[in-house]
Amino acid sequence: MTGFRTLLWKELLRFWKVSFQTVAAPVITALLYLLIFSHVLDAHVRVYESVRYTAFLIPGLVMMSVLQNAFANSSSSLIQSKVTGSLVFVLLPPISYLEFFLAYVIAAAIRGVVVGLGVLAVTVWFAPPGFEQPLWIFVFALLGGAIMGALGVVAGIWADKFDQLAGFQNFLVLPLTMLSGVFYSIHSLPPFWQQVSHLNPVFYMIDGFRYGFFGVSDVSPLLSLAVVGAAFIGVSAFSLALLKRGYKLRN
Amino acid sequence: MGVAVSIQQLEKKFGGLKALAGVSLDILEGEFFGLLGPNGAGKTTLISCLAGLARPDAGALTVLGRDVVADYREARRLLGVVPQELVFDPFFTVRETLRIQSGYFDLRDNDDWIDEILANLDLADKADTNMRRLSGGMKRRVLVAQALVHKPPVIVLDEPTAGVDVELRQGLWQFIRRLNSEGHTIILTTHYLEEAEALCGRIAMLQQGRIVALDSTANLLREFSGHTLSLRLAGDSALPAAIAALASRQQAGAWQLRLPDFAAVERVLAALRENGLSIEDMRLTPPDLEEVFIRIMQKGRSA
Repeated sequence: MTGFRTLLWKELLRFWKVSFQTVAAPVITALLYLLIFSHVLDAHVRVYESVRYTAFLIPGLVMMSVLQNAFANSSSSLIQSKVTGSLVFVLLPPISYLEFFLAYVIAAAIRGVVVGLGVLAVTVWFAPPGFEQPLWIFVFALLGGAIMGALGVVAGIWADKFDQLAGFQNFLVLPLTMLSGVFYSIHSLPPFWQQVSHLNPVFYMIDGFRYGFFGVSDVSPLLSLAVVGAAFIGVSAFSLALLKRGYKLRN
Repeated sequence: MGVAVSIQQLEKKFGGLKALAGVSLDILEGEFFGLLGPNGAGKTTLISCLAGLARPDAGALTVLGRDVVADYREARRLLGVVPQELVFDPFFTVRETLRIQSGYFDLRDNDDWIDEILANLDLADKADTNMRRLSGGMKRRVLVAQALVHKPPVIVLDEPTAGVDVELRQGLWQFIRRLNSEGHTIILTTHYLEEAEALCGRIAMLQQGRIVALDSTANLLREFSGHTLSLRLAGDSALPAAIAALASRQQAGAWQLRLPDFAAVERVLAALRENGLSIEDMRLTPPDLEEVFIRIMQKGRSA
């Protein structure tokens, strides 16, 4: 188990050593989103009966930060060590593909949660959202981070160059997170786009996470949990299959 | 003595290219073994298969009896590999790098051995320096150190001295020789043939994914080289017909004669005397691996 623990520790140390860039920067970005959108929309939009727009926005921004940073952590670590060749130090030791997967995914989820807590800490003062169901908050943050961490492992293994990874990030991860109801309730959308949003697994991560804060949500939290759980199993199984085959790593 | 590394009918293709076309080889415990061949001969592919970095298409490899695929955990614990590329993790210092590498091999509190490696590789004063700040030669030494953290009984060095200065090379070889004398099996690939000649007891030469020579260094030298007599004749004369058959090449105005034995010196001198030729310069050089290498590679190409 020491091999696994060391790899996990190394992955945590890797982002923590550059925390200005990996933690502080995304927190500032989220804060800017909040300042701008709440300034423009707080007086005009009310999402659920009782929830101010700024309060509604905060959990969305927190979850978006969790998801994007979890993805960034595993994918950038892998592509970096692939491009520089230092991945060989992890491939030579007696570490199983399952341990490899878990170390990268857990480190990614932790980075996501750390950034999420940072975002929450700086935004919560603008409109305290209430913490109706803390367990749901915790479960969705962790599962969301793990899914994106596992997706980051897939992207990091698949991409050979930084721009391929950037493509994955810009054309898949960013649209999925931005169009998931971070900034709006999907009930405000025309029916067609509501249907489309229901096909986006990230929507359920955000909606379930938000339920934890307000006790109200667009869909049932149990449905969200089922979708998010299934997404986690699917992405993990795919990622583990690639690792087991040694796809692009041990060819 | 047991078998340290056993390679049986190893095949590996990359696309249409056959990198390894059925290689079989046993390396014994305690050997200092050389793996030579031109670029693209399959040396690094062979090492990658041994280290689990590449999956063989066919064949089997074991390290001290442990199959590198089925029993990869034990096999990897028994193997230390110094990769050819100069790679490093820019986030960490030398000591952090070595502690992390120890951890990957399930070792905690490995600092005593880490300190010993650092001292032997002349890295002690760089222990707390970030990897990014090290020179190329220093990074190379850290690569060697990383391969040794778990005291592997079998050590593979893939061109460890490329771009390393003379002083360090000496220090490195001294350390590796010591490890060898303490019982570690060493497998070395290098383009510096004089190094292989000086260090390796046995050598395999690879060409286009096949073993084209496998013997003790002494036997290879005896069989494929021999002493060379370099002669420069006054007035740039041609060699007399009687000894022309011994000439292997003419280099910088001097004839190179390959001597089957020392008695041939007499025949050469007699022939020169009979033809009234005088010698301007003469030198006798012992066999060297470079010539063996060139001859074997030429033979392989024409085959």
